[in-house]
Amino acid sequence: MSEDPIRTALLQTLVDVAPETDPSKLRADRPLRDQVELDSYDFLQWMIRIHDVLGVDVPEADYRRLSTLDDAVAYLRGHLPATAQRP
Amino acid sequence: MPLLGADMVSGTLVEWLVKPGDRVRRGDVVALVATDKGNIDVEIWQDGVIEQLVTPPDTTVPVGAVLATLRPVDGEERAAAPVAPQPIAAQTPAPPPVLAPPPPRIVPPPVAAQTARVRASPGVRRLALEHGVDLATLHGSGRAGAVTRADVEAVAVHAAPPIAAPVAADGMRRAIAAAMARSKREIPHYYVASDIEVGAALRWLAKENARRSVVERVLPAALLVKAVALAVRDFPELNGFFTDGAFRPSSAVHVGFAIAVRDGLIAPAIHDADRQPLPELMRAIADLIRRARGGGLRSSELADPTLTVTNLGEQGAQSVLGVIYPPQVAILGFGRIAERPWAENGMLGVRPVVTASLAADHRASDGYRGARFLARIAGLLAEPEKL
Repeated sequence: MSEDPIRTALLQTLVDVAPETDPSKLRADRPLRDQVELDSYDFLQWMIRIHDVLGVDVPEADYRRLSTLDDAVAYLRGHLPATAQRP
Repeated sequence: MPLLGADMVSGTLVEWLVKPGDRVRRGDVVALVATDKGNIDVEIWQDGVIEQLVTPPDTTVPVGAVLATLRPVDGEERAAAPVAPQPIAAQTPAPPPVLAPPPPRIVPPPVAAQTARVRASPGVRRLALEHGVDLATLHGSGRAGAVTRADVEAVAVHAAPPIAAPVAADGMRRAIAAAMARSKREIPHYYVASDIEVGAALRWLAKENARRSVVERVLPAALLVKAVALAVRDFPELNGFFTDGAFRPSSAVHVGFAIAVRDGLIAPAIHDADRQPLPELMRAIADLIRRARGGGLRSSELADPTLTVTNLGEQGAQSVLGVIYPPQVAILGFGRIAERPWAENGMLGVRPVVTASLAADHRASDGYRGARFLARIAGLLAEPEKL
């Protein structure tokens, strides 16, 4: 569970766009925006990083489904491109 | 040394990126210069061949000093021109090095002056200073009315929190302080504000973005910048520079875009923002934000803005009354876009609304025109497909 590769990749992308983020202090069930300073520009950069790293193009209409880390992991698990699915 | 901001006094040449004999074209980056706003890529303003590098690396020189001489390309008669053609630099000998003004300090309350006749030991005075306690307000309980350590400690608990030890402001803070102080000293600001309903704009943008890949998506900020840039074409008295006692309108619209950076704030230019399609404008904004935070801003981007837009974003306050960045004459501030009650045609609804505020220089324009300008922006945002 703790070695979930999607979660790990997601945290890394978050640190990429918000370097002051301390992943160990994030509450996975709380809204990210309350814990990480992400303005709309930073959030878009995060979406672009997710696209680069995980190959998922999250439409704007789905942004609200990534409000917590747990939600984001679940969402991305369901949207990973077929080739990137677990063996 | 080019002037890269209203209150830049000097700059440090860090590195030459050209050498004598190099052919350069207008816009080429020729040197890296360290300023209060970080390291800036200095561009050359005309074509030619580098003749001589006058200022060696790691040298701090005043604004206007000759950095290098340039030989025009064949056929032109001018013998030499400074890299940055500041008129004073070409003819007059370089002025003596100008020392940066002493860093402003947080001034401790003038305890010593006010308490000259208060009896207190040096240790007690220091304690009072540390706790922000004015000795003159105390009744000394010591010998001959002397203020004691206990007297200070008794009130210190209730006094303001200890003042911070005097800290020298860093370069960026100093640059902001100088420019903003000059603005408030010299520019007679007036302010007008309007609430703008942006439902149509956001719906249109959401529809556009739904068709776009994540890397091509446009944020509302780009829409707002475009609306300002287009609107100001018809309000030349808000777009340009007030220098030497006169306003000089600019035919080009270079929007200074305020970006929060680690040490403060910087507002580099989005060149010709009125002529860029939205996706290009968004890319330009993203590129500016990246370079403002990571380094690599160009000299023209610091020197060129003809008016400034400050956009607080969705986590900002409802409205912002800006301080004009001299020698510009206007700054347009957008608060956060938020749902608010909105009355229209006798009906009350809930709509996304943004408050647009204009701070403008009364020497160049009047509030009536400023208000018309805001109305024009609102009109453009109501027809987003035309942006």
